[in-house]
Amino acid sequence: MTPPDGVQRMVCIGCPIGCQLEVEYLGGDGDAWRIAGYDCKKGKSYAAEEVTDPRRMVATTVAIEGASWRRLPVRTASPIPKDQVLALCRRLHAVRVTSPVAMGDVVLADALGTGVDVIATRSL
Amino acid sequence: MITRTPRSRYDVVVVGAGPAGLAAALGAREAGAEHVLLVDREPEPGGILQQCIHTGFGLHTFEEELTGPEFAERFIDRLTERGADLLLGSFILDGAPREGAVQIVGRDVGAARVEYGSLVLAMGCRERTRGALRIPGTRPAGVYTAGLAQKMVNMMGVLPGRRVVILGSGDIGLIMARRLVLEGVEVLGVYEILPYSSGLNRNIAQCLNDFDIPLHLSTTVTRVGGRDRVEWVEVCPVDEALRPIAGARRERIACDTLLLSVGLIPENELSQRLGARLDLVTRGPVVDSTLMTSVDGVFACGNVLHVHDLVDWVADEAMRAGRFAAEHALGRPRPRDSVRVVPGQNVRYVVPHTISPDRDQEVLFRVARPVERATIVAVAVGEEREQPIVSKKIRYAFPAEMMRLSLSQADLDKIDAETLRIDVVERPPKKDPKPKGSRS
Ligand SMILES: Cc1cc2nc3c(=O)[nH]c(=O)nc-3n(C[C@H](O)[C@H](O)[C@H](O)COP(=O)(O)OP(=O)(O)OC[C@H]3O[C@@H](n4cnc5c(N)ncnc54)[C@H](O)[C@@H]3O)c2cc1C
Ligand code: SF4
Repeated sequence: MTPPDGVQRMVCIGCPIGCQLEVEYLGGDGDAWRIAGYDCKKGKSYAAEEVTDPRRMVATTVAIEGASWRRLPVRTASPIPKDQVLALCRRLHAVRVTSPVAMGDVVLADALGTGVDVIATRSL
Repeated sequence: MITRTPRSRYDVVVVGAGPAGLAAALGAREAGAEHVLLVDREPEPGGILQQCIHTGFGLHTFEEELTGPEFAERFIDRLTERGADLLLGSFILDGAPREGAVQIVGRDVGAARVEYGSLVLAMGCRERTRGALRIPGTRPAGVYTAGLAQKMVNMMGVLPGRRVVILGSGDIGLIMARRLVLEGVEVLGVYEILPYSSGLNRNIAQCLNDFDIPLHLSTTVTRVGGRDRVEWVEVCPVDEALRPIAGARRERIACDTLLLSVGLIPENELSQRLGARLDLVTRGPVVDSTLMTSVDGVFACGNVLHVHDLVDWVADEAMRAGRFAAEHALGRPRPRDSVRVVPGQNVRYVVPHTISPDRDQEVLFRVARPVERATIVAVAVGEEREQPIVSKKIRYAFPAEMMRLSLSQADLDKIDAETLRIDVVERPPKKDPKPKGSRS
């Protein structure tokens, strides 16, 4: 991916503090970046990833049968590319599971070929 | 852990089995209370967490970003290991604190009286409604509080509508905006009466900006229209006094649903019935350094005490409340508090309301207005002079984010006064505003 020009500003979503980050591609031999505004190393890696390969955790629900509720909450085991978030939710609309399910059970393996599993976030 | 036939007496009885109640029960057990009863009106424990399916819970407690249900399940498992009685589908109606007893009505027990050594209030809070806001217009179907919509979408599998307007930019509203988009619903915009969002910046970034949902500040909903179902809402910019600007263009937005995310109110009917004094700002009980209310043997923690934004701090606070409740029930004496804690400059409230200078203490508070570059100062206010005891520099403070200040034994030793005031004072901007990577 071609690095963006100029200073990019963003809010770190790594934790509730929400540091205001700045990222700038300096280029040169070392392929250098300037990253500022973070309070911990998570923010620094978030900033670098956000301008090259933005990713998000996805938390949504799937249909469940035979349980006390009609929806089972699920999430991706790790963040997936941001531009696949809505496609994953559409894919999950077609998923239907049957109770009992345990927290951590895989509901959809290798979601959309991202290599990331979708797991149940409660027992139901 | 689940019981249908509670004992007639417990060391500690906890009202509400949300994260606060679960952690309080755990804290009480760890501090040596043998018999602990946890009562909740819902058919399952976990409280509000069961419907908060997004990630963002437990970063401090488990060093992982969990969803609400995962956080709840971990606490339920920990408590099951420790052992406590859990009575579900049951409501604590009233109590007689002088006799140390509560009245429970419920599915399994009918009506029962249970005696306690200590009582912990952990009833959480409920949402403000349109009635509380008095928006004029017709009364069609399709107006929901954001939290109710959250339960409908995430647990019951019912979508509230197809084209949604959200009033209020608190975290629940922001989280629901994203949830609805993920479920294929159109979210037309979030309207906020204040000039800033009352939600966390990260939620504006990941819930609104990620999905191009507009956030309109200093704007409110002035009318709701529609015969049977919402057909439109009218929005209008407001002035500094938060009143709709006369003569400003009022815009009608065609929609079928209005979600209200306009604040939470601690659920304190029971606390008041027991005779607990309430703080007019937090709308929760006034508590001492052990989180005991003005009623002897009755403690409070979690959202019923003051609205929290982070479940980790709820759990922390509740563990302490549970521990102190156990100590009280076991008859272990403790020195009385001697210092009052009061909110000062740009501070809306402080919890607890009194502290004891003989042990470490953490005070929790919120700022009234957002500030950049500020210093938190704890000032001992004596009759003759004021003396700063602790000061801590911070980069930002937002009303949406609860602040914490730790007071060590050494700090407390310096207090030679009966009042400690917490101020958040702005610092002048730096000469060279280039931000650095590390905490300034
Ligand atoms: C939409 C939303 C999003 C949030 N997002 C985050 C987040 O991303 N990260 C984070 O860390 N925190 C978040 N929070 C905050 C956190 O979840 C809450 O602060 C926390 O759950 C409060 O816990 P509680 O136990 O005090 O209250 P609750 O969870 O509300 O539990 C109270 C319980 O008491 C029961 N009860 C009440 N009265 C009685 C009675 N008289 N008798 C018997 N039972 C009774 C109720 O049924 C309920 O189960 C969010 C909160 C909300 C609402
Ligand atoms: S940089 Fe670190 S401290 Fe700042 S918001 Fe991101 S994760 Fe939190």
